[in-house]
Amino acid sequence: MLNEHAAHGSAAAGQARGGGAITRDEVAHLARLSRLALREDELDHLATQLDDIISAVARVQEVAAEDIPPTSHALPLTNVFRADEVRPSLTPDQALSGAPAADEQRFKVPRILDEEA
Amino acid sequence: MSTETLVPYDEALARYEPVLGIETHIELGTKTKMFCGCATEFGAEPNTQVCPVCLGMPGALPVTNRSAIEGIIKIGLALNCSIVEWCRFARKNYFYPDMPKNFQISQYDEPLCVDGYLDVEVDGETYRVEIERVHMEEDTGKSLHVGGATGRIHGADFSLVDYNRAGIPLVEIVTKPIVATGDKAPLVARAYATELRELVRAVGVSDVRMEQGSMRCDVNVSLMPKGASEWGTRTETKNVNSLRSVERAVRFEIERQAGVLDAGGKVIQETRHFQEGTGTTTSGRSKEEAQDYRYFPEPDLVPMAPSREWVEQLRASLPELPAARRRRVQGEWGVADKELQDIVNAGALDLIEETVRAGAEPAAARKWWMNELSRRATEQGAELASLPVTPADVARVSALVAEGSINDKLARQVFDGVLAGEGTPDEVVEKRGLKVVSDEGQLGSVIDEVIAANPDIADKVRGGKVAAAGALVGAVMKATRGQADAGRARELIIEKLTS
Repeated sequence: MLNEHAAHGSAAAGQARGGGAITRDEVAHLARLSRLALREDELDHLATQLDDIISAVARVQEVAAEDIPPTSHALPLTNVFRADEVRPSLTPDQALSGAPAADEQRFKVPRILDEEA
Repeated sequence: MSTETLVPYDEALARYEPVLGIETHIELGTKTKMFCGCATEFGAEPNTQVCPVCLGMPGALPVTNRSAIEGIIKIGLALNCSIVEWCRFARKNYFYPDMPKNFQISQYDEPLCVDGYLDVEVDGETYRVEIERVHMEEDTGKSLHVGGATGRIHGADFSLVDYNRAGIPLVEIVTKPIVATGDKAPLVARAYATELRELVRAVGVSDVRMEQGSMRCDVNVSLMPKGASEWGTRTETKNVNSLRSVERAVRFEIERQAGVLDAGGKVIQETRHFQEGTGTTTSGRSKEEAQDYRYFPEPDLVPMAPSREWVEQLRASLPELPAARRRRVQGEWGVADKELQDIVNAGALDLIEETVRAGAEPAAARKWWMNELSRRATEQGAELASLPVTPADVARVSALVAEGSINDKLARQVFDGVLAGEGTPDEVVEKRGLKVVSDEGQLGSVIDEVIAANPDIADKVRGGKVAAAGALVGAVMKATRGQADAGRARELIIEKLTS
């Protein structure tokens, strides 16, 4: 549900902003979401590094005045659309050529214990 | 999960008030995907409609399909939403192989359409379902779970993924909490899904076929004690794939949650799965471990700022919407609510309207579609609209009956022929020689032949045994293949033999 995620997201953002930093727990959480198996010493190392990076980036906020809207795109463009016209797809062989494993003309992936999103 | 105690529905509703929320996903019927030019044909061979963009290959750039944006704006307008002046796509990040990019392009806090409503009717009462938002996203691939005991995801050894569906334009429609429906909650949920399907079908942007997954509902249910002001904890039952299942899922959750609350327990906020066979829901992922999607603005797509002129053009292009159409048709045809509902449920409204437009009387058009042709569709397990007979054919048959050249019985034979691919109604009439024999001279000569061929019976009738004429009438009907007026034939036979 959207509201819940909104709440979750802003809480995390609040923490990061509040201290100008990211906690070790948050790094561990992000690693878990990304399925990265980080060792304890890697977590320590990355938490410190990410903390520095976020603090550095956060300095932008110090110079951003109230009247400057947040930027998400570098180009001043809107409404870039294409016509609904079919273009050639890849062949299944081409599509699967980079797959580590394939079976029955499908991408073969390890079993997933998580649920579908 | 321990054994659950259900509270009988009426009892549950005597003590608790349900609050609902429905999220509906609708695949748009565009020719190509949301962000690339791959075709979207349903049922194509696996991984034949994929390209670097929808496979999430490095360096591939998505470009938004204009028709999809027009489609969602039309849906938003039909749902009485405001179309925002500016919004962006967002990345929804998650770890699951149904999206090869490891994220889905969706919209987060800036949906394209907001604040609408859809009125639905249950037992003669109107409920206004408020729409929170309608946003644009892309569909995911399809996974086939191989191995394990049941083929279900848990215990699967590996999964096979087909990305043909990945990237098909998907519209998500989210209601605001639906309150104060009391014991009508399951019916309101079903009526909402039904009306939404009709609406989107009328707008013409999706085939909304729940059995093929082009429309899917997630149903949120919570209970609070009657008179309470604070809502209870809700569950979300995912991928409920028929209108009937929407109703059953709500009903079951009410009975189950009442059981949990009555026993002093707490409803767990979780995702649940609807079990089609039993009409029950089972526990899925708990919301405590719900994913943190780390949404952020999609950097590969520029913002959308639909101009007011464009929005008004799209509004002007909307067809007559179902509610208005039902009111009009009811006025024109003079049918009762119940009959109209039957017609809508049978998918016959379009067909009957086109038949009337082709010149048939409304009553005749209704009769043929709702009786004769509905029966045949049911026998064949087919949709009425998929029968190989057109509204123009039905109008022609009605005209033939109205002018007296065939009767209802022969009309059925005409439909037999049309459905068997023998041609148009006129061609079937011609080929099968189906005409009511009203010409006395023609009927007279058939009778003469029958009398000549059955001298013994004719003698009995001459001798006063009028009842024996029945056999001759039968012979006349056989000779004319049912096209003679049996009563008139009888009169003529007796007249000829006794006067």
